[in-house]
Amino acid sequence: MLVVNGLRANVGEKEILKGLNFTVAAGEIHAIMGPNGSGKSTLAHVLSGREGYTVTAGTATFNGQNLLTLEPEQRAQLGLFLAFQYPVELPGVNNTYFLKAALNSIRKSRGEAELDAVSFLRLIKEKLKILHLDDSLLKRAVNAGFSGGEKKRNEIFQMALLEPKLAILDETDSGLDIDALRVVADGVNALRSSERSMIVVTHYQRLLDYIQPDYVHVLAKGQIIRSGGKELALELEEKGYGWIDAEGQAA
Amino acid sequence: MTSTSAVDEIVKSEYEHGFTTEIVSDTFPPGLNEDVVRAISARKGEPTFMTEWRLKAYRHWLTMTEPEWAAVHYPKIDFQSISYFSAPKRSEDAPKSLDEIDPILLETYQKLGIPLEEQKVLAGIAVDAVFDSVSVATTFRKSLAEAGVIFCSISEAVHDYSDLIKQHLGSVVPHTDNYYACLNAAVFSDGTFVYVPKGVRCPMELSTYFRINARNTGQFERTLIIAEEGAYVSYLEGCTAPQRDENQLHAAVVELIVMADAEIKYSTVQNWYPGDAQGKGGIYNFVTKRGDCRGDRAKISWTQVETGSAITWKYPSCLLRGEGAIGEFYSVAVTKGCQQADTGTKMIHIGKNTRSTIVSKGISAGKGQQTYRGLVRIGQRAEGARNHTQCDSLLIGDQCSANTVPYIEVKHPSANMEHEATTSKISDDQLFYCRSRGLTEEDAVSMIVNGFCKEVFNELPMEFAVEAQKLLSISLEGAVG
Repeated sequence: MLVVNGLRANVGEKEILKGLNFTVAAGEIHAIMGPNGSGKSTLAHVLSGREGYTVTAGTATFNGQNLLTLEPEQRAQLGLFLAFQYPVELPGVNNTYFLKAALNSIRKSRGEAELDAVSFLRLIKEKLKILHLDDSLLKRAVNAGFSGGEKKRNEIFQMALLEPKLAILDETDSGLDIDALRVVADGVNALRSSERSMIVVTHYQRLLDYIQPDYVHVLAKGQIIRSGGKELALELEEKGYGWIDAEGQAA
Repeated sequence: MTSTSAVDEIVKSEYEHGFTTEIVSDTFPPGLNEDVVRAISARKGEPTFMTEWRLKAYRHWLTMTEPEWAAVHYPKIDFQSISYFSAPKRSEDAPKSLDEIDPILLETYQKLGIPLEEQKVLAGIAVDAVFDSVSVATTFRKSLAEAGVIFCSISEAVHDYSDLIKQHLGSVVPHTDNYYACLNAAVFSDGTFVYVPKGVRCPMELSTYFRINARNTGQFERTLIIAEEGAYVSYLEGCTAPQRDENQLHAAVVELIVMADAEIKYSTVQNWYPGDAQGKGGIYNFVTKRGDCRGDRAKISWTQVETGSAITWKYPSCLLRGEGAIGEFYSVAVTKGCQQADTGTKMIHIGKNTRSTIVSKGISAGKGQQTYRGLVRIGQRAEGARNHTQCDSLLIGDQCSANTVPYIEVKHPSANMEHEATTSKISDDQLFYCRSRGLTEEDAVSMIVNGFCKEVFNELPMEFAVEAQKLLSISLEGAVG
């Protein structure tokens, strides 16, 4: 589904990603772990098309299409979804209205009929049920005045509604207490399917207790220095990033 | 509504009042003097009191100087180069078909979803077919008459309701008020008159749109709305579609009179020609709008969406005299391209326990310049007066500017004043967030801007609000990136 090959990217003059290689197949969950400043969020942003990054080498293809030349909305229309580390507030923009516009924009791009208000509302109710959310957030402005936990839940709700093929969760666990973390993880797990892949970017192993990854990659200083199964995360938790750093330097 | 019917009406009115005029052509030669003022009055068949009223204003105007304090810049207006009377265009002068109309204008009509027949009227094309809206208007007038509501042109009112006109015209905005209001008093072309009797709730929202002869009222429009005790009326002015207009200078006057327990809700959508990309040829809009809450618990609510004109100079105001009177001002103003706007409100608290609310949303894009200028004055006797002001500016791009100039005068210690002001930009984060959800950049901008304006749109009548949102999106197309 996603093939990243030799990906290098700069912010200004500074190289942040120094040649990444990994492949995500349909239905797989990959965790990307690493210390602060290792390039985790940069990877998430480069894949979703945020401005301010220059790709200097390498490729990223999504179902055979070159991702890197596409606008962010085109990537979303192809089925890519980024759950933000810091979801952005849109004062005055009603959440339901926003989601309807987003979903219909995606449907339109695929030549599907746009949903009318009634069928959209039915869909939204169904998704709320799956995620065990109440409908109070539908009436509010997008993320405006939401607590940290509400924002993250809203991200997962958007993901449920937009039904992406590949979801990138950028430090979704940051700033969440254990209860909120469980709600978010339950939501993510409810959306797991053999058709849907996920990249879970996280600093801590904690989230991976709830969302079990198929593969774990450890990112340090812009490179994947270790890849393995979910046991790698536990090993990392036990020994700390210093262990990898030391190994990385030794290598 | 059709130019032919408008012409018919003029012809008919001349015949009715049996006057002749020395000036043969439809448009007066440029220039302004007492003879021109007399000629305008004669042309409209006005009674002597009206002619004298105009002359008094004209003589005062000669003693005044053009104000220069507003933060707008434009070449000096030569008032002697303007023609002060122009009869509605005859059909043979009008464009014959939509092929002769500026394609950009047509594109806008299409985006707004305006039916073809209406497009023709807006573009000033002679239309032979009788419109649905004509018959609609007739029906409306009938049910208004049943309720006792008077809704007619100010010219008609001068003839038919001269007592009301004598008593009220100029009582809120006297001719001495300001330069443009004074000019308007001398030469006003036409406008609207509304009278809602005691205890009557006007059965429908009034709009000039439904007044057959409301088109071509010219550059000096005058509106007078009176709500007697316990009456209510909602009035809509303007149109979301850009109207073709030959006149560059517009100096309108609007007067509202509200008695005890009465309410006037006045909504405006203004979308006049803003000029070309260099700002050439756009409308200068110098308007004086003021409402007088004469009775206790009287209420005035101004709501405006201003997206057009090259220059806007406009401060809809409320005189809160009666005890517990309420004044509200909700405004969205957009300046883009080379547009300039100096706009705001005045809330003059005179009575006890008077309240006012100001919500002003300014959006600047391109090289647009915008100033919010607002006065809140709490008088010596205005015990317990309250004001809440919220002024938000949104900047799009880095060549536009926004200023906020609040004037606050408080002469009673019990006053409660709140002033909030913010300036923000549409952030890259917001745009990226929307785009990552599949929305195009333009849809994202339009969504964020509409969200920014929501508090004001909520105050507009439903259909107007939907149109205003659409209008805003179209106005800001291509503003980013």
